[in-house]
Amino acid sequence: MAKPLINVPAKAKRGEVIEIKTLISHVMETGFRHSNIGEFLPRDIITQLVCHYNGEEIFRADLFPAIAANPFITFHTVATESGMLTFEWTGDNGFSATGQANIAVVD
Amino acid sequence: MLNPTCSVTLVADGDTYTAFPLSNAVLAGLRPLTAQQFGYDKIAGSGVEIAAGRVTGIDPQARTARLGDGRSIPYDRLVIAPGIDVKFDAIKGYGEAAAEVMPHAWTNGAQVALLAKQLEAMPEDGVVVISAPVAPLRCPLGPYERASMMALFLKARKPKAKLIVLDSKDSFILQKQFEAAWAELYPGLIEWIGLSQGGNLTEVDVANKTLITDFESYKADVANVIPPQRAAEITSTAGVADRTGWCPVDPITFESQLVPNIHVIGDAAIAGAMPKAASAASAEGKICAAAIAELLQGKTPQPRELGSSCYSLIAPDFALAIGDKYRPTDGQFMEVEGNATSTPADATAAQHAQEAKSADAWFAATTRETFG
Ligand SMILES: Cc1cc2nc3c(=O)[nH]c(=O)nc-3n(C[C@H](O)[C@H](O)[C@H](O)COP(=O)(O)OP(=O)(O)OC[C@H]3O[C@@H](n4cnc5c(N)ncnc54)[C@H](O)[C@@H]3O)c2cc1C
Repeated sequence: MAKPLINVPAKAKRGEVIEIKTLISHVMETGFRHSNIGEFLPRDIITQLVCHYNGEEIFRADLFPAIAANPFITFHTVATESGMLTFEWTGDNGFSATGQANIAVVD
Repeated sequence: MLNPTCSVTLVADGDTYTAFPLSNAVLAGLRPLTAQQFGYDKIAGSGVEIAAGRVTGIDPQARTARLGDGRSIPYDRLVIAPGIDVKFDAIKGYGEAAAEVMPHAWTNGAQVALLAKQLEAMPEDGVVVISAPVAPLRCPLGPYERASMMALFLKARKPKAKLIVLDSKDSFILQKQFEAAWAELYPGLIEWIGLSQGGNLTEVDVANKTLITDFESYKADVANVIPPQRAAEITSTAGVADRTGWCPVDPITFESQLVPNIHVIGDAAIAGAMPKAASAASAEGKICAAAIAELLQGKTPQPRELGSSCYSLIAPDFALAIGDKYRPTDGQFMEVEGNATSTPADATAAQHAQEAKSADAWFAATTRETFG
């Protein structure tokens, strides 16, 4: 699996609304298909993304089969203090991936 | 002539036409740009009246086309094949002025010449970045043929250079074949970054020659930005383009579904499964002409099948090909099953060389048939 891609501005003003972009690659199986010999293909998708900002949860998304195989999720938050944003994706079959980014907040 | 009683006027913008098939070979120094350029003299000699200028307005009620110099040409049937415009506003920071620094080289000869000049002038260990747009685009193979032709040039002339392709798509046509050919001929030279690796270009910084995706910035010595596309401007003026930016047509006559008596052919038309390629455009021109001749005689045009074939040069004696046949089905051009052909991923050198010969032969035949 490729490393998840994360884009958090390296620097922001305190109180500024910042955009956060994430993209993760995953070989998706919707759970609605059968193989060429008629066997049911079990679902294999990413089911959740959670983001913490200095330990505090700021974003959570539950994902379903109609969402892109490689979910590209963009959201916004307020830059409150310098520190670290951590990201965790979880999914079927014990899937888990993490990533992090630092931000410097200036007055 | 299909119908000797009609008179035909061709409005031609400028006195030469630049053909884009094989134009990527100009970037590799394999062909001069002049080999891509054709005049209209022989067309004029065949009884078609040539009106030099640009169409700036169309009045579908009065059935007239107005030219830039104020002349007005009346018509019973108007055929427009204006090609595409690149969407300058689709990428932040890009625009007509930016294209003089980061050429698209997708719509006119001057842009191709500019890109060739930039390649020539770049440092030995420079970085070339190509950005490939979302579909639908003119010539779906084009960005990857261009990468191949640039790699040929770099390998010979700038051996320490690197080539990055940023793609707004997760896969492209004949990808396996291209990647196998790149591994064989240009190992380690071309890096392709697809959508899910963060390859979607969102912004350019012209002053710093930098391409910016959702996740990374790429500094380039030569930046070839191929933006998303739409049917050329005149189709909006005429009211034949829909919300997609392209022109819905009847597949039997190519008459616009939005404005009667105007026919749209070539890249501007929504031609179902057919690619936006010169081979398709040329076949559409013939079908459209035959249908119009019949319409003017009060006959009902019948559905006609047409074919398309596209070539992609990887090296002088190495090309890939793809072809198919299409037929109007339920108001759209659909593939005629069992006719799709493409160069296999495990093709031999002899097959690749044969495809390169076919590409030359196709270009010579098509341009001779069109321009005399
Ligand atoms: C790099 C590249 C490689 C390609 N390689 C191949 C290939 O190998 N094989 C293949 O089949 N296809 C190839 N193509 C695609 C091919 O060039 C196009 O599909 C083809 O040119 C479409 O023809 P068209 O008539 O629709 O548009 P065009 O060829 O663009 O012609 C449109 C003409 O209309 C003129 N015009 C526009 N607006 C007006 C106006 N208002 N008044 C008067 N004139 C106007 C334009 O100036 C232009 O001369 C390639 C394209 C590119 C960019």
